[in-house]
Amino acid sequence: MGLFRRIWALGRRKSVRSENERELREHMEMRIDANVAKGMSPEQAAREARLRFGNPALMRERVDEEDAALDIASFFRDARYAARGFAKSPGFTAVAIITLALGIGANTAVFQLLDAVRLRSLPIKAPQDLAELRINGGSHGFGVIDGAYAQFTVPMWLEVRRHHDPFSGVFAWRENGMLVGKLSDAKHVNGLEVSGEFFNVLGVAPWQGRLIEPQDEAGCQISKVVVSYPYWKSQMGGQAIAPNTTMLVGGRAVQVLGVTPPSFFGVVVGDRFDLAYPTCTPPNPRREAFVFNVMGRLKPGWTLDRASAYFGPLSKGIFENTAPTEYSPEEIARYKAFRLAAYPAGSGVSALRDAYDKSLKLLLAITGLVLLIACANLANLMLARASTRQREMAIRIALGASRGRLLRQLLIESGLLAFSGAACGVALAQPLSRLLVASLNTSQSAIQLTIATDWRVLLFAVAVAALTAIIFGTVPAFRGTKADPNNSLKSGARGMAGSRERFSVQRLMVVTQIAVSMVLLVGALLFVRSYRNLVTIDPGMRESGITIAYIDFPDLKMKAENLAEFKRQLVEEVRALPGIQNAAESSWTPLTGDSWSHHVHVGSKEGGSQFIYAGPGYFATMGILLLTGRDFTDADTNNAPLVLIVNQAFIRKYLGSTPPIGQPVHVMPEPRYPERTYQIVGTIPDSKYSNLRDDTPPMAFAPAAQLPVTAQGPGMAMMVASNAGQAAIAGIRHDLETRYPNAILQFINFEQNIRDNLVGDRMMAMLSGFFGALAAMLVVVGLYGVLSFFITQRRNEIGIRIALGARRGQVIGLVMRDTAAMLLAGVVFGTILALLAGRTASAMLFGLKAYDLATLVFAFVLLAVIAVLASWLPALRASRLDPAAALRAE
Amino acid sequence: MAKNDLQGALDLLILKSLSQLGSMHGYGIVMHIERVSDELLNVEEGSLYPALHRMEQNGWIRAEWAVTEAGRTAKYYALTAAGKRQLAAREKNWEQVAKGVEAILRYA
Repeated sequence: MGLFRRIWALGRRKSVRSENERELREHMEMRIDANVAKGMSPEQAAREARLRFGNPALMRERVDEEDAALDIASFFRDARYAARGFAKSPGFTAVAIITLALGIGANTAVFQLLDAVRLRSLPIKAPQDLAELRINGGSHGFGVIDGAYAQFTVPMWLEVRRHHDPFSGVFAWRENGMLVGKLSDAKHVNGLEVSGEFFNVLGVAPWQGRLIEPQDEAGCQISKVVVSYPYWKSQMGGQAIAPNTTMLVGGRAVQVLGVTPPSFFGVVVGDRFDLAYPTCTPPNPRREAFVFNVMGRLKPGWTLDRASAYFGPLSKGIFENTAPTEYSPEEIARYKAFRLAAYPAGSGVSALRDAYDKSLKLLLAITGLVLLIACANLANLMLARASTRQREMAIRIALGASRGRLLRQLLIESGLLAFSGAACGVALAQPLSRLLVASLNTSQSAIQLTIATDWRVLLFAVAVAALTAIIFGTVPAFRGTKADPNNSLKSGARGMAGSRERFSVQRLMVVTQIAVSMVLLVGALLFVRSYRNLVTIDPGMRESGITIAYIDFPDLKMKAENLAEFKRQLVEEVRALPGIQNAAESSWTPLTGDSWSHHVHVGSKEGGSQFIYAGPGYFATMGILLLTGRDFTDADTNNAPLVLIVNQAFIRKYLGSTPPIGQPVHVMPEPRYPERTYQIVGTIPDSKYSNLRDDTPPMAFAPAAQLPVTAQGPGMAMMVASNAGQAAIAGIRHDLETRYPNAILQFINFEQNIRDNLVGDRMMAMLSGFFGALAAMLVVVGLYGVLSFFITQRRNEIGIRIALGARRGQVIGLVMRDTAAMLLAGVVFGTILALLAGRTASAMLFGLKAYDLATLVFAFVLLAVIAVLASWLPALRASRLDPAAALRAE
Repeated sequence: MAKNDLQGALDLLILKSLSQLGSMHGYGIVMHIERVSDELLNVEEGSLYPALHRMEQNGWIRAEWAVTEAGRTAKYYALTAAGKRQLAAREKNWEQVAKGVEAILRYA
């Protein structure tokens, strides 16, 4: 009750004040009336009343104060007082706020990214009802998987489209790059192939025109598209969509139906679609090709569990009906055992999330630890400040301030600092997280993330600020208000010699700082070394001067039987161009994440092996030496005996000590790849396969010209070796463009591409290194500050020691022993923490374990050097103390 | 042990006066206490008004503007139910304090 009244009073302060004034005036008048009634003259009566009443202004103030709400007025007064105090020591304030702004800013930036990648819901209607359908436990590489989100074949999607009781609607989609503009000068854009229900089920309303609807799913030739708002604005000038608005897609004019709203970027967090077009159902869809991702909107009352329980039994029928036929019976049985289940999709899907979730969480922990170190520094600063303010506190206590009142004052001061720091930090977080995203962008792909300061980010920043205020403000506040006024006032501004206890809190904080920075340094060293391992590892093939050329001939009218010879000639032509050392076709490109395998039987053993169809000269181009046997020749075609060259991992797995040359390898059937038997004719050393991290799998190379005719297509990848750099590549482009004007060409710098795939590791190495260095710097500052403070406090003692004959070395030793004790305690504690924390990081490391003795020793040495550096100056200063001056000053 | 201080005594006086008068303004309370105590107790306005407002904020008394017999407007205070409970507690408390002080004074 009283609380409400006070809050109510706050809202009408002014009227309360005037009411109080009136009440007191009336009182005075009554007194005067009474005095007059007693027979006084009016002047006398008024005088007597005033005398009795006392100072009316003071009185009114006291009454007003009783009515003031929850002491909020005095809270503001305290805040103002604190601000004035800070204004008087701008150096301290600036250091404190900048430290906090950087610390909180870094934390908020990382959290903001986590929020954008992981927590934020899609900008659609009721995102929590959106669910994704997937094969429970995954498809384990069955069939051909096209893209990171491909979970459904076309026949599977058609089955689900017919049976989806838990969902009010379902839709299928896939990402598909498209070419816009004239083919000779086409631009790559992000395409989204969607089923007709896509926009309707998501609840996305058109910004302009209309969006794709079920009746748009007609011919398989793209004829209608919907563009995203950014694309419309930047590429189409934001001009109104009319029925005759068209654009060139894949060389053909298509109708632009409409524009999606600005906030809608698709369903993939980290990507932004430019064009969406309706899918089509081909008459004989491939049953082994996983292309689609399928999502649905749950009906009211249905949960994910219930939906999964519905699809579990239904799956048997779905997979029976859609099973591909050209596999071995075991493979088909494996397919038929798949079961569908529903998973949450309200925040979309994201390869980014899968790739960087752990890194971001680790980064959040790292920035949190850095903030902790910064807090410890601030706490020490505040403690030092508190001890210089002991006199002020003592006077205030002597004047009757309660301890609670002073405590509140000090906590308001640290709160003010923390929230000023947080405000700057939130502002800083925006550019910082953009920088972070930019560090993950590569020449090939840019991450498209909406980074916004939403309520979650603000809440996080406020929570962090409150936590920091508690961490760095509480101890100094309790310390500061415990002062005994009698003692403090007597002993002068410098305070007493200081009790042991006061020092131990500061010592503890320095020890904590050292321990935490040990953890950060170990982490930094591990990530930097891991990145170095990745960069310097020998992938077993040539990296520099290699270009991957992707060449596609969409208009080529040629029989499949003749394609192999056509490609062979193309390679010959490229080889003959100036500056080109070598070139070879390959069905697969190394270290690009590509993967293609067949099931093989070798003797009595069976299992998977990576399969590559490579042209003659592939090994020479890639700098891979043939160990035994022969290389492929132009004579190795489908009319000649089928031959294979295998790597050491293949030999280890399937042949053991059997001499490999001449051994038959039986390849099991797959759609478009009939059952075949090859003979091993050569062996090569192990080289890396799809990425640098994984161990080399068993690999088998077959001649490109022996690719089954059923699997032939007009597109190809060519590995080109050249030391002539860009000029040679430009030569190839020019040559091919003149002769095949409709060919689609893409050239990728192999070496650059390998580096690009390491951006995540690079980011971790850079950031953990940066924060490790920052932590070390903060420790220097902290240690220096605390030691200087100790020495000021112990001036008398040191003065007496010097007066009694202590030598300089002994005084320096005194300070250094102090440092050494703190360093040792911190390092021991830090090592334990680092080992515990190492477990979470070990999965992200390459070529070294988290328990790495050399790293621990190096971190220790680094910290020792830092500690000596930080304490040398204070120690030197202590040893040069003039004993006479030190003692006189007391 | 009975709790008491000067403020407690003033609160008690005000609460008791209001329970005797029913509803009264500040000046009336001062007059009432002076009269009833034969001018032994003199309540100062500097203490009275802050105390009245504090008790009002605590919900022990409620206030209302009304016209006095002499035709002035004044803020009239009256006890609330919580105020009556408070008065009972304070009276009991005061009796104990008085007994305690008495015992000390009588000790020879």
